[in-house]
Amino acid sequence: MNLGAVKAIYRFEMARTWRTLLQSIVSPVVSTSLYFVVFGAAIGSRITQVEGVSYGTFIVPGLVMLSVLTQSITNASFGIYFPKFIGTIYEILSAPVSYFEIVLGYVGAAATKSIILGLIILATAGLFVPLHIHHPVWMLTFLVLTSVTFSLFGFIIGIWADGFEKLQMIPMLIITPLTFLGGSFYSISMLPPNWQTVALFNPVVYLISGFRWSFYEIADVSLSVSMGMTVSFLVICMTVVWWIFRTGYRLKS
Amino acid sequence: MSPIISVSGLSKVYASGFTALKTINLDINRGEIFALLGPNGAGKTTLISIICGITNPSIGQILVDGHDIQRDYRATRSLIGLVPQELHTDAFETVWATVSFSRGLFGKPKNPAHIEKVLKDLSLWDKKDNKIVTLSGGMKRRVMIAKALSHEPQILFLDEPTAGVDVELRKAMWDVVRTLRASGVTIILTTHYIEEAEEMADRVGVINRGEIILVEEKTALMQKLGKKRLKLHLQGKVDALPSSLAAYNLDLAESGKELIYTYDTRSEHTGITSLLGDLRAAGIRFSDLDTTQSSLEEIFVSLVRA
Repeated sequence: MNLGAVKAIYRFEMARTWRTLLQSIVSPVVSTSLYFVVFGAAIGSRITQVEGVSYGTFIVPGLVMLSVLTQSITNASFGIYFPKFIGTIYEILSAPVSYFEIVLGYVGAAATKSIILGLIILATAGLFVPLHIHHPVWMLTFLVLTSVTFSLFGFIIGIWADGFEKLQMIPMLIITPLTFLGGSFYSISMLPPNWQTVALFNPVVYLISGFRWSFYEIADVSLSVSMGMTVSFLVICMTVVWWIFRTGYRLKS
Repeated sequence: MSPIISVSGLSKVYASGFTALKTINLDINRGEIFALLGPNGAGKTTLISIICGITNPSIGQILVDGHDIQRDYRATRSLIGLVPQELHTDAFETVWATVSFSRGLFGKPKNPAHIEKVLKDLSLWDKKDNKIVTLSGGMKRRVMIAKALSHEPQILFLDEPTAGVDVELRKAMWDVVRTLRASGVTIILTTHYIEEAEEMADRVGVINRGEIILVEEKTALMQKLGKKRLKLHLQGKVDALPSSLAAYNLDLAESGKELIYTYDTRSEHTGITSLLGDLRAAGIRFSDLDTTQSSLEEIFVSLVRA
């Protein structure tokens, strides 16, 4: 195991995070605060409670997930896409590094950043609404699993993308809608019955539901189903990454 | 001594159907400077990329220091430093950070003294804290060399290292290459500047349309293929050569003011003595003479055109 290489890639990626601190950390925090002002305070004040929790408090887990999902994908996809774009990938490919080590470095750094970001958003939320986390270990488990899974997903997008449009297309056109429709701002039970069935096809529903359960013990689907879906998605992403490296897809001609 | 790199039966067909390499067999000796010459698109970069692990081979085997490049990639890649043709650098990293990153990537423990030496040898020391984006093209090229040397490779690939580099820097680079070679590093370079191969290389390989068409000791190559020309600057103008000189391979140039005699350095008798005697007998006098040997470039052009 070339741990030195994992460290080098990880540090390189984390250095990029600190260098682009404003963009990486500050802007999601600002946009999350805006959500709180609009949905939590302005609109939320007219909605009394959702499943026994004040609306402002109810949306916290969904907002954290919204940022963690989009940021994991953006960070990881950009992290691997950029070396491909500017050509510095040659060095990674010609170094004595295994595919596992490359993924560990890039995805590890992207996930770390997302976890830090998620915790910062939670702390920011704490400024607006009283927070109580019933199951902190489960909360962290979901946060870590989601960050890793979606960083892997982002890594896949970064390999697949051959232009900046494609790089932004998936987060913008797929992930953001799925997250908004996945119950960030409402409980699935608030939807008409037909739409509830449709919603169950949205994988993000399971992530948010499980995450929200760890806070308030309220969930749209059971904890085991949430966990099962999250782990399944993780396994799917790992399989795709394994396939990418085995075939050299878009990396080695 | 066994070759440090041994390529056998290697070919590469890209997904597009383009055959970049036909069947390549090539051995690189330990500690030599090997120059790979070939026109654009001949397959030089593909060959290097496969040996370094950037491109997958279609078939064939490559051993680096006895290790298979696919099965034993960690061992082979650890030995190799690569300076690619294109200037692929990060923009916002400092010189020091990017060179240290390369060393880390190769799994070597930190060694600031070595990095300092590499940067000083390449006249980059005073730029070590500069971001790469602020450097000139020539300096970026040196950064790429520094990255390749950061992990103390035993084999160094230089793919067109001096393209777009000014004369002074080019000379400085060759000094570094000579020092490396003196320390036992094997160097494989591709270049368009044939005078560089002529000056630097121990052996020369010529690749064209995906095939190695020649591998030869440089001096032997030049001797073997090298024709010499004797140029005589005549005192007066000669319109036609007398029949007594018909047996010689002679050409009139500069509208009869120069006489050029082409001869083979390999033959036992060059014919110079008798030519000069016959010229005297024919009453043709000359004021000066010089000889030139055909350069590697001429040899190269004649090979590639053939």
